[in-house]
Amino acid sequence: MQAYSVDDLSSAVQPARVHRRLYTDPAIFELEMERIFGVAWLYVGHESQVRNPGDYFLTQVGRKAMVVTRDDTGKLRVLHNQCAHRGAMVVASDCGHAKEFQCVYHGWTYHLDGRLKAVPLNHGYPSDFDTKNPRTSMTQVPRVESYRGFIFISQAKDGQSLTDYLGHMATSIDDMIDRAPDGEIEMAGGVFRHAYNANWKLYLENLCDAAHPWFTHRSSIDAAQQQSDDVYSDGTGEIAIRQMRQNGAPYSFWENQVGIWTYPNGHSYLGDYHDDKKLVASMEDPLFRDYIGILEAKKGKDEVKRILEVRRWNSNLYPNLSFMSQFQQLRVVHPISVNRTVVNTYCFRLKGAPEQMFRNTISFANIVNGTGSLVLTDDLEIYNRIGIGLHSDGAEWIEVGRGYHSDVRDEFGGLKGKNSTSEVYIRNMFEAWRGYMLGDKAGAAQAMKESA
Amino acid sequence: MNTAALKKASSVSLSRADCEDFLINEARLLDEARFDEWLALFTPEAHYWVPSEPNQKSPLDTVSLMYDDRRLLETRVRRLSSPKIYSQEPRSRTSRIVTNVTIESAVNGVTKVRSKFVMVEYRREEQRLFAGTYLHDLVLIDDAIRIAFKKVDLVNADAPMDGLVVPF
Ligand code: FES
Ligand SMILES: [Fe+2]
Repeated sequence: MQAYSVDDLSSAVQPARVHRRLYTDPAIFELEMERIFGVAWLYVGHESQVRNPGDYFLTQVGRKAMVVTRDDTGKLRVLHNQCAHRGAMVVASDCGHAKEFQCVYHGWTYHLDGRLKAVPLNHGYPSDFDTKNPRTSMTQVPRVESYRGFIFISQAKDGQSLTDYLGHMATSIDDMIDRAPDGEIEMAGGVFRHAYNANWKLYLENLCDAAHPWFTHRSSIDAAQQQSDDVYSDGTGEIAIRQMRQNGAPYSFWENQVGIWTYPNGHSYLGDYHDDKKLVASMEDPLFRDYIGILEAKKGKDEVKRILEVRRWNSNLYPNLSFMSQFQQLRVVHPISVNRTVVNTYCFRLKGAPEQMFRNTISFANIVNGTGSLVLTDDLEIYNRIGIGLHSDGAEWIEVGRGYHSDVRDEFGGLKGKNSTSEVYIRNMFEAWRGYMLGDKAGAAQAMKESA
Repeated sequence: MNTAALKKASSVSLSRADCEDFLINEARLLDEARFDEWLALFTPEAHYWVPSEPNQKSPLDTVSLMYDDRRLLETRVRRLSSPKIYSQEPRSRTSRIVTNVTIESAVNGVTKVRSKFVMVEYRREEQRLFAGTYLHDLVLIDDAIRIAFKKVDLVNADAPMDGLVVPF
C-alpha cells in the first residue's frame, strides 16, 4: 500500500477536481476510517430507539460494531460491542431491553454503561486484576451527544462541539421535528439495507445532484408518465408514480428553481423540487388539510406557516447522514471497504399527525429508498458503474468543477450554487475531507478557500 | 375481485396439479423476460408483495422490498421493457425452480397456494442466489387462473442487498 504524505493528500483535492485514487485506493480508505470516521461527529441512531433505561440497539460506526444504550441513570452510552476479556461480541440481538450485558464466552457481566459488574471464577485472574479498572470495561465512545433526539458520537476525546459541527444545518433537523404536531418524531417502519460495489463517498455525492434524475431515472420517468391514472390503485402506487413523474421536470427547472446550499463541515441541502400537491404540504389535499389543522391547533397559524415554508429536499450531514424532512426518510452510510458500501435507510413517524401520513412515508420509502424500487436501483447501478469506471487509469482526475466560478455566499455563512446543478456541494464535502485528512480542519479549510 | 367474478369463481376448486402447472408457467414467463404476459396473470385489484422482514405483518406500516398495487406493478413492468432501464443493461439472466407446491386453503373461489422457489440471477459477471416461499392467492376468471395476490418471502429479506430489479 502506498503511504500518503500531507502534501500528497493536500494536492489530491484541487479547487475543481479531485484525484481518482480517493475512490479506489485501499490505503486512502484506511486513512479515512481513522481520520474521518474515527474523529468526526457521526449519526448513530435516534433516542426513540432507547426510550427507557435498559433499552439498547446495535449499530455500526464505520466498520466497528457498537451498542447504544440508556443506562440506569437515563444517560445515553455508546459502547464498543466487544468484551474486555478476549474481545467477543457481547450483545447479539439487534435491539432489546436488558438489566446488564453478559458475554456468553466466559460470563463476564457488564453494567449498561459498560463497567464490569461481575466475573465468574474471578479468583483465577492475576493479583492486580481489578474490576474497577477501565481496562476491564466495555470501551465507551468518549463523546455522545444528541440534538433533538438525533444521537451523534465522536471517537475523538476533544474537538468541535456537536452544536458547532451542525451549525446552520441544525435547522434541517428542526424542520423534520417541527412538522410533528406533538413536537416529537419516532423511528418506525423497518429498514432498507442496500449495498453497492463502490466507494462510500459516492452516496452523499448523489443525493443533492439535481443534474442526474432527468437522465439516470429516465426509465421510471417514462413509465410513470405513460401510466394512466385510471388503473386500480389503493394509494400505494399513487405517491410513487407522482414522485417518478416529478423526476421528469424539465432541465430549466432543475437548473433554476431547486437551489443547492452548502455549509461548513461538508454539509449541504437541496431545495424541494416538487409541485405535486401530494408531495408538498398543500391545502388542496384533504390529508394535508387535516394535518395542517392539527398542527395549527397545537402551534398556531403563524408558526405553521413558517414551518411549511421551509422547503428542503435532501439534507446531508457529512460524512454519514442524509435525511429528508418532508417524507421523514433518513439514510446512514456504512463504508465496508474502499469498493463496498452499505446504506441503511429508515423512516420516521410524526407524532400527532394522521396515521395516513406515516403510510405515505412508507409508500414513498418503498419507491425512493427501496432496494427493489423503480428509482434507487438506477442510482445503485450508477455507483457500480463508477466503481468499475474509476479503476481504469485513463483519466487521473475527477471533475467536480460544475458551477465553480459562480457559487455565491449566503447569509448563514454558507456557499450556494448559482444554479441548482452546481457541484458546489461535492467541492464542499472535499473541503471537509481535506480538513479531516490533514488533521487540521480549520487550517485546511481556510487554505482551500484562499486558493479558490 | 369484484363480486360477479367471485361468484363465478366460487364453485370451482383448483387442483394441486393445476396450480403447479400455473406456477411453473409463471416462473417461465419471468425467466424469459415476458413481463407483459406475466402482468396479464394478475387480476386488476391484485397486489404483489416482497416484504423486507421475515414475518412482516403488514405492507402498510413497514417498508417492503416491493409492494405494488396494480398501477405500480404496471409501471414496474413498463420500466422493465424500457431501453433506458440502465440497471438492466446488461439484462439479468435468471433461472427459477418452483416446487413443494401445497394448497393451503380454498375458500370462496380463492385458492391459497404455498410453494418454495430458488432463483439464480446472473448479471455482469456476478451470480446471486435467492430462495424463499411463494404464497399465491389464485382465482379462476373466464376459465383462466389469475393471481389475486402474490407474496414472496425471501429467506434473506432483511440482509444488505444490491439492487433488485427483476421481480421474483
Ligand atoms: S471473551 Fe467475553 S468473557 Fe471471555
Ligand atoms: Fe437518483
